[in-house]
Amino acid sequence: MTVPADLKYGRSHEWARVEGDTVVVGITHYAQDQLGEVVYVEVPDVGFDATAAEELGTLESVKAVSEFNSPVTGEVIEVNERLEDEPNLVNEDPYGEGWLAKISANIDGADLLDADAYTAMIEAESA
Amino acid sequence: MHPWIGAGDEDRRRILAELGLDSIDQLFASIPAGVCVDRLPMPDGKDEDEVRNELASMAHANLSPDCVPAFLGAGVYRHVQPSVVDAVLSRAEFYTSYTPYQPEISQGTLQVIFEFQTLMCELTGMDVANASLYDGATALVEAVLFAHRVKRSKLDRVVLAETIHPMYRKVLSTYAGPAAIEVVVVPPGDDGRVSADALTEAAGDGRTCCFAVQSPNFLGVVEDLPAISTAAHDAGALAIQVVSEAVSLGLLAGGGAHDFDVVCGEAQSFGLAPGFGGPHLGFFGCREKNIRQMPGRLAGETLDSDGRRAYCLTLSTREQHIRRAKATSNICTNQGLMALAATIWLEAIGGEGLRELATACLARSEELKRRIGALGGGWALAHPAGPTFNEFLVTGPGGGEELVSRLAKENILAGVPAHSWGGSWPDGLIVTATERNTAADMQALIEAFGRIS
Repeated sequence: MTVPADLKYGRSHEWARVEGDTVVVGITHYAQDQLGEVVYVEVPDVGFDATAAEELGTLESVKAVSEFNSPVTGEVIEVNERLEDEPNLVNEDPYGEGWLAKISANIDGADLLDADAYTAMIEAESA
Repeated sequence: MHPWIGAGDEDRRRILAELGLDSIDQLFASIPAGVCVDRLPMPDGKDEDEVRNELASMAHANLSPDCVPAFLGAGVYRHVQPSVVDAVLSRAEFYTSYTPYQPEISQGTLQVIFEFQTLMCELTGMDVANASLYDGATALVEAVLFAHRVKRSKLDRVVLAETIHPMYRKVLSTYAGPAAIEVVVVPPGDDGRVSADALTEAAGDGRTCCFAVQSPNFLGVVEDLPAISTAAHDAGALAIQVVSEAVSLGLLAGGGAHDFDVVCGEAQSFGLAPGFGGPHLGFFGCREKNIRQMPGRLAGETLDSDGRRAYCLTLSTREQHIRRAKATSNICTNQGLMALAATIWLEAIGGEGLRELATACLARSEELKRRIGALGGGWALAHPAGPTFNEFLVTGPGGGEELVSRLAKENILAGVPAHSWGGSWPDGLIVTATERNTAADMQALIEAFGRIS
């Protein structure tokens, strides 16, 4: 499982990357692997007030529908519209083209894990 | 307790004690007193055969549509019943199987559902239709909740035509209250139709998630669907058509042709005999773009690993048994056996056959309208200007209930009282004609009307 060292991680398997004043959000390589082939992504409307550790949207795979949470608190300023037609980007490039939303937020103080802690968590989960 | 020997007095006493009740009657306390028969007029000590004979002779006091001319409709319709329907329906492979939780193992069931969905899409003009719902009333409820979800639960008002079957509206109000959805009801005009302008006015300030109309409506009148869908969309709402007489779709284009977002309703007309409360069959069609909010399940056609045609459950990931509290709907089951009956019925009748059957209904209804309109003696069509399919509202010398009982004395089931469940329209009879009504039936009705003044 890939766990890039420069990202922060939520305990429900989301990643967060700081880009200036915004935080880009997606789900981890481990999460997409657990879900299986993603066939539909439901992201919030731009303007949605996201709350850390609360539901941000849903991912539908061939197995089930699952919610994903926001790793940070703030307003959604952009969503990945490519996912409407290419939901499989979440599987193919979870840390890149498969991003889900951009949130106007300050990551400082957010209750997130670093790469080592997240790796330890998923190793414990799959052990 | 023994699993298949009935409970004895001691067992009953222990069960009641466990439940904290004094008598079995307390279990039925929620049933309104007026609808319960306290005790049948039957002496004690009769054996099974005597009881059956006595009940049969009581039942003979009823007028049955099978024995006398009957023009009953208003949501439940009598149509031809090819014997192939019951023959296929009673095959054990279909009859004994329950909703399969490992669906792909039941290829026959999935094929039936797939064919049912395909037929409903063709009849309604919608992109997708689900595997069925309970009945027309719950189909309307699901359509309204669907529209509420599509609008992301931000628009909490629903604008309904009063001419939707009153029982459907009542079921909707049961659901709407707890869901905090406000229901606004718009009465029809003098022509028996609800006007698009009146719906728009009721929608008000952009808080409305859908406009819902029934067509043909409860009074039999065909609504102005193109104007209504335009009005709904102009108000930022979805347009919902509910249908209670599905045979009308053999002649009248479904709402799909008029840009409606949902066409749903009752398919009892397709091969299900009229009975006391059912079983009925709901259907639900919508646009593909809103498929993720569609209630229930969707069967699809695919290829198996050897490249052969196979059927699968294409969409069920938003159902109750997978998604628990977050399911799109708690009606996650479908009326499998009833959907099978409708599928066999439609396939036996055929597309051309359905058109002929619908034409026969229309022709009989138009003949009755013409003859009743010319009758005089206090009899009149309530909405002579409103286009109808196979039923219409007649006013006569007396209220609807009174007319029904006077005509019953003439051995005719002349219609359904128009104020059975209230309504802003004139009181009278909703008279329905189908292909089952013979020329002699119609003659008898006209003559009986003529004798009552």
